[in-house]
Amino acid sequence: MPSLEKNHCSEEMSEEQLLIELDKILDDYIGKPGALIPVLQIAQRMFGYLPDASLKLISKRLDKPYSEVAGVVSFYSFFSTVPRGKYLVRVCLGTACYVRGGKEVLEALKNELNIDVGETTEDKIFSLDIGRCFGACGLAPVIMINDDVHQRVKPAKVYDILNTYRLKEEKSEVKK
Amino acid sequence: MAKIQINDKKIEVKDGLTILESADIAGINIPTLCHVKGGKPRGACRVCVVEVEGARNLQASCSTPIKDGMVIKTNTRRVRKARQTVVELILSEHDGDCKTCDRNNDCELQELARELSISNIRYEGSKTKRRIDDSTPALIRDSGKCIKCGRCVTVCSEIQSVGSIFQQHRGFATVVGPAFDKNLEDVVCVQCGQCAAICPVGAIIEKTHIDYVWDALDNPKKYVVVQTAPAIRAALGECFGNPPGTLVTGKMTTALRLLGFDSIFDTNFAADLTIMEEGTELLTRLKKAIVDKKNVALPMFTSCSPAWIKFAEHFYPDMLDNISTCKSPQQMFGAVAKTYFAKKINKDPKDIVVVSVMPCTAKKYEAQRPEMNDSGEKDVDYVLTTRELAKMIKQAGIDFNILSDSEMDSPLGLSSGAADIFANTGGVMEAAVRTAYEIVTGKPLPLNNLHIEPIAGLQGVKKASLKIEETLSEWSFLKGVELKVAVAHGLGNARKILDAIKENKENFHFVEIMSCPGGCIGGGGQPRFTTDDVRLKRIQAIYKEDEGKKLRKSHENPDIIKLYEEFLGKPLGEKSHHLLHTEYTQRCKA
Ligand code: SF4
Ligand code: SF4
Ligand code: SF4
Ligand code: FES
Repeated sequence: MPSLEKNHCSEEMSEEQLLIELDKILDDYIGKPGALIPVLQIAQRMFGYLPDASLKLISKRLDKPYSEVAGVVSFYSFFSTVPRGKYLVRVCLGTACYVRGGKEVLEALKNELNIDVGETTEDKIFSLDIGRCFGACGLAPVIMINDDVHQRVKPAKVYDILNTYRLKEEKSEVKK
Repeated sequence: MAKIQINDKKIEVKDGLTILESADIAGINIPTLCHVKGGKPRGACRVCVVEVEGARNLQASCSTPIKDGMVIKTNTRRVRKARQTVVELILSEHDGDCKTCDRNNDCELQELARELSISNIRYEGSKTKRRIDDSTPALIRDSGKCIKCGRCVTVCSEIQSVGSIFQQHRGFATVVGPAFDKNLEDVVCVQCGQCAAICPVGAIIEKTHIDYVWDALDNPKKYVVVQTAPAIRAALGECFGNPPGTLVTGKMTTALRLLGFDSIFDTNFAADLTIMEEGTELLTRLKKAIVDKKNVALPMFTSCSPAWIKFAEHFYPDMLDNISTCKSPQQMFGAVAKTYFAKKINKDPKDIVVVSVMPCTAKKYEAQRPEMNDSGEKDVDYVLTTRELAKMIKQAGIDFNILSDSEMDSPLGLSSGAADIFANTGGVMEAAVRTAYEIVTGKPLPLNNLHIEPIAGLQGVKKASLKIEETLSEWSFLKGVELKVAVAHGLGNARKILDAIKENKENFHFVEIMSCPGGCIGGGGQPRFTTDDVRLKRIQAIYKEDEGKKLRKSHENPDIIKLYEEFLGKPLGEKSHHLLHTEYTQRCKA
């Protein structure tokens, strides 16, 4: 099986190049039963999400109707058909977080990022999503940004939290 | 073989059958909702549950294979209760009002509720979200009425190999439809309507033209002509309680007259015309290939079935040159009615309204294709399915079964038996060969009753060959040629033969393709519910109609001969080319 972890170089590859890459990888999956989900996982890892062109390619190469491929993609929330930002911001709306102001935190994030749930900022840095309980109810409300947990978040603190990530990004830009 | 007992019947059945299939053999009825005969069992609805001795849980009979010695009970109290619960749960989500539903009195869910005597829905759930998709010319989808049984998915992907629709999302939010909640118009769908024919409820129905037709009939300025496709006469009776296979040609004609149509004509007339054009086209292609050694596209494919045309445009764009350029009989009829006939009755074609009655939903799509206006107007204005015509007859309060027979009008109402069999899989081929063989050899087809047995019946792909021994001098290049033909019905079967041809595994001169299983008699607009049994009965009825006629061959139809003499000139001539032939468009694949 070809290496799946192309991710480190994927930023330098254009979507067209990635499609060619995916096309090659698909050679190994033709005619194999149960190939659809692994292939979708590979594609999502390569592109960071599942662009329509990748789904059409997968549908064609695996000889599965496009509607069926879409059906599987929409069945699992793991799959995303919109580009995800570098940082996925997930707001817990479990019971504890909800009562302790999770909803207000979400509103603040929406305002600050100027996007809705499920969307990604134009600069592709942040995506916003709702999460289920992260197991930190005692410290509610909680948000997660990639693997970092932020506890007792207040709407007013949202700007500062996001800014630490923005700064990180700027630094890495300068380094390049 | 396995010995099993179902209720009090002991039977021996083949290993590997399901309980449902075995019960069918034993003549025991088990209700089903999600299952499609011939498709993979889904086991989704659980309406078909039965009790199996020794098993703790009830078993879904459609997906449980029998075992030797199995004892099955299909109608215990426990089974009845379970079925009731399932149906109640479905009804609790179902967002529909029977009184105003297209499927009122023709609905499997309604019937099931009645059979199980459901008088009270004990569950209060949220209703399925309603979204109406009326984006395509032929079909309307109503997600609120969809019970998510998945039958349409089975038909669309397994039988038709199109795959427009599938289960999307999950749990209660599941919807059955195109990818990413797109409209049907925005994905590949060939408008065959097989999904609408198999849907147990009113979740996929044809886009009705009934009101437009009433408007035209009520408008004194309009001269309204109607044409009925060959397959209608063998099926319309079912809508009035007659058994499948009842021929109602004469009653249908009378009913159309009572509805107020100004002229009752026949698509069969145009089917005879199609044979003249298509037969000549085939012989011309063969001549180009054999005598002139030119590169012509062979095999030639028939072109009567609009869903097949759309299928080819999406999936086999490199084979479009192989499709006969002949318009379908429906469209040929429209073009002739608004030119030749308009002149005869001295009317402006603008004041003529052409209504078709078709067994097919894709004909609604075909009629609105932008190129279908060679008469200068829209060649066919409105298309009714068989079911819609039955509705109009009922709306008009006509007691169909007591009507007397009457004859169609002249000059577009006379047809040969060859035109009748256009309704059956294999029929267009047989009709074409009857005429082509006689043109080439000067003798009638030397077969029993003019039938080509190997291409009749319900086998998915059928083949035949015919050696041409003697010819008239003009056709001597065909002497000794073995004419090879193939017939496929259902687009999944079409795909098989097309792939074999593409990969050079098979070669033919002429291939007939019909989109629907069984041919037009099994079309998406026919009375529900079309099983293979029903298909065979309709097919038999159509052959009976053919054999009962003196006129059995298209080229002998005197009114067709007259049409060429007075108006068209000759087959493939300039006028024919303009009015009766068309071209095809490459379309996207997904
Ligand atoms: S689909 Fe059937 S049950 Fe539902 S409203 Fe229509 S007739 Fe009634
Ligand atoms: S009309 Fe035919 S192709 Fe379109 S969704 Fe229905 S079954 Fe599929
Ligand atoms: S549209 Fe009809 S056939 Fe398709 S899943 Fe819904 S109820 Fe079943
Ligand atoms: S018919 Fe068997 S589970 Fe639906």
